[in-house]
Amino acid sequence: MNKEVGASREVRVLAATGMLGTGFSEASFNRALEWNPDVIGCDAGSTDPGPYYLGAGVPMSSREAVKRDLRIMIKGGLAKGIPVLVGSAGTAGGAPHVEWTVDIVKEIAAEEGLHFRLAEIQSEISGEKLIEYFRKGKMKPLHPAPAIDESSLRRITRAVAAMGPEPYIKALEEGAQVVIAGRSSDTAIYAAVPIMKRLNHGPTWHAAKILECGAGSVEQRLYPDCMMAWIGEDHFRVEPPNPEMKCTPVSVVSHTLYENADPFRLAEPSGVLDTSRATYHQDGERGVIVRASEFHHSPTYTVKVEGVQLAGYGQIAMGEIRDPVVIRQLDDFLNDAKNRIMEKVKTSLNLDRDSYRLHFRVLGDPRPSQGRKESEAYGVGVVIEVLAETREKAAGIMAIAWHTALHHPVKEWSGLVSQIAFPYSPPNADRGAVYQFCLNHVIEPDDPLELFPITMTDL
Amino acid sequence: MKLYELAKSIRSKNAGPFTLTIDILFEDEETFRRTVAANALNRALIADIYEVPEEQVEHYICEEARAIKFSFPRPVAAGDFGDRDVFGGQFHSPLVNLDVPVER
Repeated sequence: MNKEVGASREVRVLAATGMLGTGFSEASFNRALEWNPDVIGCDAGSTDPGPYYLGAGVPMSSREAVKRDLRIMIKGGLAKGIPVLVGSAGTAGGAPHVEWTVDIVKEIAAEEGLHFRLAEIQSEISGEKLIEYFRKGKMKPLHPAPAIDESSLRRITRAVAAMGPEPYIKALEEGAQVVIAGRSSDTAIYAAVPIMKRLNHGPTWHAAKILECGAGSVEQRLYPDCMMAWIGEDHFRVEPPNPEMKCTPVSVVSHTLYENADPFRLAEPSGVLDTSRATYHQDGERGVIVRASEFHHSPTYTVKVEGVQLAGYGQIAMGEIRDPVVIRQLDDFLNDAKNRIMEKVKTSLNLDRDSYRLHFRVLGDPRPSQGRKESEAYGVGVVIEVLAETREKAAGIMAIAWHTALHHPVKEWSGLVSQIAFPYSPPNADRGAVYQFCLNHVIEPDDPLELFPITMTDL
Repeated sequence: MKLYELAKSIRSKNAGPFTLTIDILFEDEETFRRTVAANALNRALIADIYEVPEEQVEHYICEEARAIKFSFPRPVAAGDFGDRDVFGGQFHSPLVNLDVPVER
């Protein structure tokens, strides 16, 4: 085998970060570029923050933060002739999310004077289209799945289908240098180039799964960052470019558990990744080699769909009860209050109690737990507060604040952690304009009437 | 001992909007083996704590990761009215102080 053929049997894949807009170290990224990746990928979405983003057609991340990450990726990729693939654009991958991301890319191109071929891949699927599949018996439930029928499909606000690597491959074959794609299987972004280059599916999909959270598979992720994989015929190797972080066999294997119900079998559109026989070995101080990953092709190609419908319109008010007398009888107090509210709503608004939902969520209940059930477990309430010069800045700061706090580590727990239970999607509620008192003065007019002009109108 | 004294990491997470998954990871082989052997972390316990039918609880032992894993349907879909935790990241809390018949 000559050197050229040998070299072509390895594909190097760089994940810029776990989620576009959460940031990465530019030094790490530049170091990874020196390793000559064949593709730079980044996942930009998830169903994790809940149904809101798909329904509302807005992204979770701050526009400025996404633009910062994209600018570094696109400039770096174009300078070295490496394609840049972004999947699940704008958090949910619907048409408005793709458009939002493409708009940022165009802005970067104009600002930097960059010229390149951009591919935009849509993944939104209409209710009518879903009904067609449903009628043909081509829509099957996963477990657990809500029951559906034609009328529920008609009520869907927005739905997306999660693409496999094939649309990315098509775009690349047509010369795309930057691909902005809608909802994708997280791994498809990273599997596209290795599959295009006909590498084995086992190591490819397994490496893609490890790359999908960026530096999430290191021993101690200090902050969101890059991850690199070298994929070969019968193995792959991962190593973070950041010298402050390292992969170990346990940190890498632990990542195959993360966010998967079944740690050994991971469903993809064309089949199932089987990691049950995989072995993990340290390679160098910060790298890990994985062997014996298998991929079983399925007889039918399946694409996962996600959809949301309108549940209603919400309001929240946050407060604190501090009087020990009230706290002593908290359950009774809240039940009585709830009943009184519902009576008044009936009287004043003529709304029956089963036509809406009202709930008191008690945070930081000081009373000892009555049992071991999860529903009885108490927590401590946290209100994250932001005040900024404009609504956009406040939203941008809050998007970073809640997400950073969510995954902020403590030394007692290793691995990726989620430290705050946010009950709402989105986690934050815009308070709109906030005011402050700024006068407590007197003025001294010359005439008692001068402050009170009177206008006469003849009708 | 308390489970948190034995485990390196106890974490919960969504596996999609309709499923929760809990990972209990151990630092050393010995503690992992003894905790698995004690069988105190089993489907019946998880079913009781999370108030889901036992037959809907999936249980995995991951040797390579030195991990015990449980997956089960969410009581409320992520972000639906009454959901407590959209990301599913704090559902592990009732397990942290769980008494496990294993000594180190």
